[in-house]
Amino acid sequence: MENFFARYKNPLVLMLVLFIQVIALATQVKRPEGAKAGNTGSGTRLIRVWTITAFTPVEKMFVSTGHFFRDGWHNYADLRGVRRKNRELQDEVARLQMEQVRLKQDADQARRLQALLDFKEKFISKTVAAQVIGTSGTEQSRVIIIDKGAHDGIKQDMAVITPDGIVGKVKDVFPLSSQVLLINDHDSGAGVILEHSRLQGIIRGTSLGELQITDIMSDEQIEAGDHVITSGGDRIYPKGFSVGTVVSATPDRDNDPFLAIKIKPSADLRRLEEVLVVTKTVEEISPVAGGSAPMRAADILAQRLPSIPKQDANAAKTSGGTSLGSTPTGTTPTGTMPTGAPKASPLPTPAKPNQPSNGAVEQKPAGTGASAKQPAAAGGTATPTAPMKADPAASKPASSGQTTGQSTVPSGANGAATATPTPAKPKKPKAPSATPTEPTAPKASNQPASEPPGATPTPTPERP
Amino acid sequence: MHSSVSLTSREEIEVHRFSWPVSIGIPVAAIFLQVFLRIRFLTVLDLPLLVTIFFAVARRRPVPGMITGALIGSLQDAWTGHPIGLFGIAKTIVGYLGSSLGVKVDVDNPGSRFLMTFAFVLIHRFVYMAISLQLVGGSEAWIWGHTLLSAFVNGLAAVVLFALLDKLKLRN
Repeated sequence: MENFFARYKNPLVLMLVLFIQVIALATQVKRPEGAKAGNTGSGTRLIRVWTITAFTPVEKMFVSTGHFFRDGWHNYADLRGVRRKNRELQDEVARLQMEQVRLKQDADQARRLQALLDFKEKFISKTVAAQVIGTSGTEQSRVIIIDKGAHDGIKQDMAVITPDGIVGKVKDVFPLSSQVLLINDHDSGAGVILEHSRLQGIIRGTSLGELQITDIMSDEQIEAGDHVITSGGDRIYPKGFSVGTVVSATPDRDNDPFLAIKIKPSADLRRLEEVLVVTKTVEEISPVAGGSAPMRAADILAQRLPSIPKQDANAAKTSGGTSLGSTPTGTTPTGTMPTGAPKASPLPTPAKPNQPSNGAVEQKPAGTGASAKQPAAAGGTATPTAPMKADPAASKPASSGQTTGQSTVPSGANGAATATPTPAKPKKPKAPSATPTEPTAPKASNQPASEPPGATPTPTPERP
Repeated sequence: MHSSVSLTSREEIEVHRFSWPVSIGIPVAAIFLQVFLRIRFLTVLDLPLLVTIFFAVARRRPVPGMITGALIGSLQDAWTGHPIGLFGIAKTIVGYLGSSLGVKVDVDNPGSRFLMTFAFVLIHRFVYMAISLQLVGGSEAWIWGHTLLSAFVNGLAAVVLFALLDKLKLRN
């Protein structure tokens, strides 16, 4: 027996080893009942745990070492081009920033132009959009230069506006550019209406670049925040455009009975980029386009009220603004601002019963200066469409001979120019010399002889 | 001297010995490389099997050879998630055959090493498949192409690897 084992030791050991492993294998394979079907019996689990636990640190060490070298190589490879990449990215960032700024400017400009377009379609019949290309560069004169000139149809004294409000008027026209005198320049002025109180006045610029109304009596109740719009009487700015809002109203120490009303302009006059030059207003073209002017409330009222019988045509022609019984004002002190030309433009001036039509601005009458200052033109709606000079001869009858040398004459004309005119509001005398009550106004309408021969009155005055 | 017929010279049947670090470290390193280093080529190469063959042939003693094969195979099973004994039985048989063959054949020649390894890979694969299909209930298929390729590659690798491992033999 001993010899047997000695002789077959190796095969016996082999069989034993194989038997043990087969038993172990069978234990793992045939153990699933009770244990999970994973066939890893509890007897072999310890072997797995021990081996794996023993070699996991080694594995981690190798893996970490491998990661160290691999990451180190990758980092080195990545860092090789980092500086160049960084430069490229910085250039890209700079380029994108510039592009972003450009796109933002384009977008802002598009919004502004869209607003201009909307505004133009809404209010203005014919305008020319212009780009602001320069300024006067001094505080003494507030002038901007636009890129549209005579070749684009720009003419002197055309109104320049933005959707926010009026900007100024064209001062000088060159072939390819124009100079615009801003509304806050001390040489500027415009006829305005306080929207809430319906008071008329003239807004002027100051040497500090502020806007001020100085021709409203101090007994008026002016509230801060009141909106100021153009009156249209200056024949430059169309009626109804926003001018600004009242900031404060204090007694004017230099001009005692009047208020110094500071106005904040609606348009940001310091940041103008695109503007519209009003080359033709709706009122100017409507008779041409539509043929007959629409009947206005004042006209209807004038027709219904008792009035003086119509005079004959000749008398009407010669009498200028007195043609119709309802339109006696005749002397509309609506001189143009800068030129001082006291011509009465053919444009109808807006006339509301309490809103005098002619807020002439800066009008310096060529003649005696007595022309424009009539505070109470009767029949406030009636501004003769005929171009009539506001020379002394024309204005005297209506203005009762008051020569103040000032320009505008807001008149609180009420209703039609009947034989019983109600005196105009005494609130808005432009000049101290203007008497608040104007008893002579009705007479003016009945004195056609005062019209100078050169005047060509039209028998059918348009009323705004 | 062996009483049986031997094809080896006296020097060739010399029993080689290895230090303990080598005896433990080389099989562990082979299993580690095989299991944890996810090199695609190693799926064809069976380093634990090559180490088993080398130690079995070099020691020329069947019992240590089969024990070495059993331990390496069981360790490989434990790490690879196979039922313990699957690789163990296969490598036990290979270890036994290798050590038995080393007594009779010159296994230091590169050609014989290649052929011996080629044959042992086929045997190992055959035993493994038999146990897997018959005892464990596995469903692996015998793929001749893959098996022959694996045998060829392992034979070539054995020529190189055995030459390197020869340097670890202890010399008197």
